[in-house]
Amino acid sequence: MDGINTRKLVFEPQKANDFKGKVDPDWCAGCGDFGVLNSLRKTCLDLGLKPHEILTVSGIGCSSNFPGFFNSYGMHTLHGRALAVATGAKMANHELNVFVTGGDGDGYGIGGNHFTHTARRNVDLTYIVMDNEIYGLTTGQLSPTSSLNMKTKSSPHGSVEFPFNPITSAIMNGATFVARGFSSDTKHLSMLMKQAIQHKGFSLISIFSPCITFNHDNDVAFFKPRIKKLEDGHHDTGDWKSACEKAMLWGDTIYTGLFHHVKDRPALHEAEPILEKGGGISSRSLGLNDEQANRIINRMM
Amino acid sequence: MSSGQFDFSLAIGGAAGQGIATPGNILARMFTRRGLSVNAYNAYQSIVRGGHIFLTIRISNKPIYTHGDSLNMLVCLNQDTMDRHSGLMKSGDCIIFDNDKITPGKMAKGVQLCSLPIKELSNKSRNKVIQNTIALGVITHLVGLEFDVLENSLKLQFGRKGDLVIMENSAAALAGHQFSQENFKAYSEPLPTGPKPLALWTGNEAMAMGGAAAGVKFYSAYPMSPATGVLHWMANNARELGIMVRQAEDEIAVANMVIGAAHVGARAMCATSGGGFALMTETIGSAAMMEIPAVFINVQRAGPSTGVPTKTEQGDLWQVLGASQGDFERLIVAPTDALDSFNIIPELFNLCDQHQCPGIVISDLLIAEGTSSADPDDLNFKPEIDRGEIITDDEPNGEYLRYKVTDSGISPRALPGLAGHVHVVATDEHDQDGVLISDEYTNPHKRRRMVEKRARKIANIADKIKAPALEGATNAEVTLIGWGSTYGVIKEAIEQLAEKGVKANHLPIRWIVPFHSTQVIEIVESAKRTILIENNYSGQFYRYLRSETGLSIDGHIRKYDGEPFMPHHIVDAVLEQLAGKTNHSVPVQEIMV
Repeated sequence: MDGINTRKLVFEPQKANDFKGKVDPDWCAGCGDFGVLNSLRKTCLDLGLKPHEILTVSGIGCSSNFPGFFNSYGMHTLHGRALAVATGAKMANHELNVFVTGGDGDGYGIGGNHFTHTARRNVDLTYIVMDNEIYGLTTGQLSPTSSLNMKTKSSPHGSVEFPFNPITSAIMNGATFVARGFSSDTKHLSMLMKQAIQHKGFSLISIFSPCITFNHDNDVAFFKPRIKKLEDGHHDTGDWKSACEKAMLWGDTIYTGLFHHVKDRPALHEAEPILEKGGGISSRSLGLNDEQANRIINRMM
Repeated sequence: MSSGQFDFSLAIGGAAGQGIATPGNILARMFTRRGLSVNAYNAYQSIVRGGHIFLTIRISNKPIYTHGDSLNMLVCLNQDTMDRHSGLMKSGDCIIFDNDKITPGKMAKGVQLCSLPIKELSNKSRNKVIQNTIALGVITHLVGLEFDVLENSLKLQFGRKGDLVIMENSAAALAGHQFSQENFKAYSEPLPTGPKPLALWTGNEAMAMGGAAAGVKFYSAYPMSPATGVLHWMANNARELGIMVRQAEDEIAVANMVIGAAHVGARAMCATSGGGFALMTETIGSAAMMEIPAVFINVQRAGPSTGVPTKTEQGDLWQVLGASQGDFERLIVAPTDALDSFNIIPELFNLCDQHQCPGIVISDLLIAEGTSSADPDDLNFKPEIDRGEIITDDEPNGEYLRYKVTDSGISPRALPGLAGHVHVVATDEHDQDGVLISDEYTNPHKRRRMVEKRARKIANIADKIKAPALEGATNAEVTLIGWGSTYGVIKEAIEQLAEKGVKANHLPIRWIVPFHSTQVIEIVESAKRTILIENNYSGQFYRYLRSETGLSIDGHIRKYDGEPFMPHHIVDAVLEQLAGKTNHSVPVQEIMV
């Protein structure tokens, strides 16, 4: 048996489903990631993006299978390394729209170092994290965002570690667009994604995307009554202190929305003089001209 | 100085922070501008101040490949240098030192002591490194360089620092030069002049320039000795040459940025040493799985772990061979000197692009940080560039298969951004269209097909690459085998052995993967006697040679004290092995303590 039973990709999407990848998701029925995928498809359609102008990069984990389910160029890279790969790709061809998709373990755990530095570098990419507060693909262990006292296969007596806060971390590390979403509210998600993609610089959307199989503490029923959208109240996205205070709340109220937005810092590719003109470096001609070669030799003499 | 060949070595010793690099560079450039060959080795420490730094500069009118065996001139910037090295000096040699601060050590009869009243000569300058410039004045007089040559070099060196600095240095140099004329005896052998000025570079610079010539557009690095020189060259030249240079948070990021840049079509490269290379290894495997061409350089230093950061060793061969989990396609090459380091980068990029796989360069501190002269006419900055099979079709039919099974195993690449060829590359096993098949129970035949497809790409690659060949006399009494950086020292050892009546020849190995087993077996089996020379303890290349060929080697010379081989180390070891005293020699590095 050798039938390649995969979908033919659409060149010019006319509807959200035209952003479907070659295969359908292998996620559990009821997984929050479906809401994220559908939101991104709709957002790309709304923005008129073409699949070949997008590069979606992921690491490893349930949510990192994302590029295979989405109609764009994709790289399904190593665990934790998506942001570094995406940085290289963006800087070598800054004309691409670069999305990075993944989970909390991939991005905030093993990839934590890259998260810090990609944020401060302000690399122009849209980082979509599906945060389920658990390791799903490895069948349910602690993640960096698991709550205190949470019982998992690797913490049978309850976690004694304080969880990582992606929002405050991103703000502290200099990220210029920091938002939080909820996978069940796809309309709100699409609104955030649209702004994030249009933002020039590093944008994070950390999304509560409940794991239906391994995390029964933080399921849809947990989030629904608690979630309040910043957009429904008064929040100044230029006030990072207030953003951090609101992002720290983890009780009866948990905020989603755009916490922090800096509009006047150049993205890394805008700050690089060699990219001022001439298009992406990946499409420039290779090799040196006589003048360049002679200058190099003269300096050696 | 041996007959017919002008061969002169001088060493400058002192503590870190005493400014040895600047006079070293000024001296080396005066000689190369005169057309003389230079080879310099700096024995240094991983500290910014203090310790013991010892820079050896060898000069000749013939091509030279090492920093030599002996010294003719010793410049002591501190007492420590005098105490450790004065005993190495022979009759006719000279020692230059500041007699205000340093007292002469033990030495042979006939050594000329050039003691300098630095305080008086420096006109009480507050410049702490002015003694180095005075010493330059003395050195130029002793070796027979005209003062105006030095004065011009000082202008070039300090030009950017302004007239005052140039004037101060010129005055100090002149004071030293005149004092030497009045008090010391210059060498009787006149300093020759070569046919044309030569260039000066390090192996790291050579690799960086090779990258630029190959069309590298993306270079990333995390600083690590002894590979940082590549980063410095790239950073200095990035804007002029349109190269994107990124210093990353760690070597994992470095390697992954390279993969990202390479995937969208840029020629991308990075360099590190063993510790950083360890962090890159998973990524190298991912490049093989996703079939992304990129070049990774490991400049070896003595390990394991942090090891001896500023010392040389050939101890990472098995690390490089074993870099990343799984069975996969990659190329590994060990350049033999600076010029080879320059030339190998474009050659490796072409092979990587053609075969869509990662390439690894395994160099070491000796050649990467070693300084040597080069004939500018030998430097080809316009090498052939072959990017392999890349699709540019703008009328796609939507049937593009990134990993299409072909007879050659090579599947034409489409770069992100090209309409109608959208696909996903994955580090998981995947089918022809890039869709994951990694752990589907029904797919073992697909897995096998993809493994074989990738393997076919490089199955016959050895035929496209120059095989190792014997250098030197046929019918030699002994064949010396080495790999990578031992090329030069073995070559000079063979010349010295010939002077002693021993006919030896040389089998230098550059390519590790692919390995030309057939040719190597033929050469080794027809040799009368073989000795394998390696800068490590356990004979890493010997184990590899046996694994690839089943061959045994008659004798071994190994050095693992951090310092490189000198020609006489090999000569003495070959002689003792030919005399039947041993088949395993470990030369001792001569340093007076």
